[in-house]
Amino acid sequence: MPNVILRAENVYKKYGKLEVLKGISFQVNQGETTVIIGPSGTGKSTLLTCINQLTPPDQGHIWLEDTEITHPNSDINMIRSSIGMVFQHFNLFTHLTVLDNVRIGLLVVKKTPMKEATEISMEKLNEVGLGDKINAYPAELSGGQQQRVSIARALAMNPKLILFDEPTSALDPELIGEVLNVMTKLAEIGMTMVVVSHEMGFARAVANDIIFMEKGIIVEEGKPDKMFNESENPRTREFLHKITELYGGKTE
Amino acid sequence: MDQINLIWQGLPSLLSGTLVTITLTIYFLALGFILGILLALGRVYGSNFLKLLIIRPFERFFRAVPALVLLFLFYFGSSFFQVEISAFMAAILAMGLRSAAYQSQIFRGAIQSIGEGQMKAARSIGMNIFQSIRYIILPQALRLSIPSWANEYAVVLKDSSLAYAVGVTELLRQGRYIVARTFGNALLIYTVCALIYFILVFVGNQTLKILEEKYKIPGYEIKTKKDQSVLERI
Repeated sequence: MPNVILRAENVYKKYGKLEVLKGISFQVNQGETTVIIGPSGTGKSTLLTCINQLTPPDQGHIWLEDTEITHPNSDINMIRSSIGMVFQHFNLFTHLTVLDNVRIGLLVVKKTPMKEATEISMEKLNEVGLGDKINAYPAELSGGQQQRVSIARALAMNPKLILFDEPTSALDPELIGEVLNVMTKLAEIGMTMVVVSHEMGFARAVANDIIFMEKGIIVEEGKPDKMFNESENPRTREFLHKITELYGGKTE
Repeated sequence: MDQINLIWQGLPSLLSGTLVTITLTIYFLALGFILGILLALGRVYGSNFLKLLIIRPFERFFRAVPALVLLFLFYFGSSFFQVEISAFMAAILAMGLRSAAYQSQIFRGAIQSIGEGQMKAARSIGMNIFQSIRYIILPQALRLSIPSWANEYAVVLKDSSLAYAVGVTELLRQGRYIVARTFGNALLIYTVCALIYFILVFVGNQTLKILEEKYKIPGYEIKTKKDQSVLERI
């Protein structure tokens, strides 16, 4: 019986009259990667931010292992520090060097001593291949490098789970590979990840589970093989066909 | 020769007035800075109640009423409430609170120009709202505020001369004393006063410029070459 890291049950979210999420339930096991796909405006990003409560859901429950994130008395800052988040536009702290971007969470949130925080941060930066850029500022890096720093920033907090919100959508095509490589490596070493992405090649190769969302509900969910080759829902087939054509998800 | 002698003899009292002017300015700016940041944070992150019932009326009032009227209100008005405050104190309250209302606008603009992604990222690694403001938002906002703050510095420094009207012996009043003592060297003495104000503003703005340069974020500044025409740049 695999250990369930994340469990969402009947999550609803409305913006004014617009219902973005209409009862989302799913779970993610330890060490597994779930890729969420779907047309834009279907609430994929909202679902991610509901998980770490950057946008609190209106209804429903979400658990991180045994802790209910959505419980009114939960210590949300503590929980967030164990859920990494990687943003589409990186959101690195512009006034801090690469090293400071990675270690500030340890220093401020976890109160890790400086020496230890620096060691951990260096280790994570080496992992994403940026050990030589520690003194650079975000604006001096390429988009791919910035995104790798932001992955290192998430990793430094030793998270139980990392959320990726379209991590490669803002990147030039030739920079996508370096970010996907880092993510693939993370999947291999058993990091638990929830990824919103249109990178079908990545989804096919790395995902343990693919969720197809449309108009605020989960239309279909399954293993990559099943989703790509014998999905039950005509909408899933149509969408996957279109997106594979667009993003070239390598049809073997 | 007489003129130079006059300036030389008046210099000690002019300099002591300058010292008062500087002291006043520091108090105005410090009160304005601390309160201004709090008001700006309230405007951006506070509840509607706080914004509409406290911050907005405060800012509106202190920006709408002339500085001299504020000074009179605080100085002469205080006795109405049975409190005794000195002219110096009245000046600090009137001009400091006024500066807070203006500085709040500077900081609010700077805070709002920082993308919400910064706050989201800070919160997502587990920082609470205060930590996010302290370590992420303010360091960036203050950098962006320096150019407009240099303006506020110049305005506040010069407006300190209004404290003259309630009897604070700052630079201008010292000048006025000398003119009164020596009959009619008004042009000369006030020119010296003007020069001293000019130097204070100039030195302050240069210092702020150095600060701006020192704390600019690498890779983040707008680079334009002066000797290129706009078309060439495109």
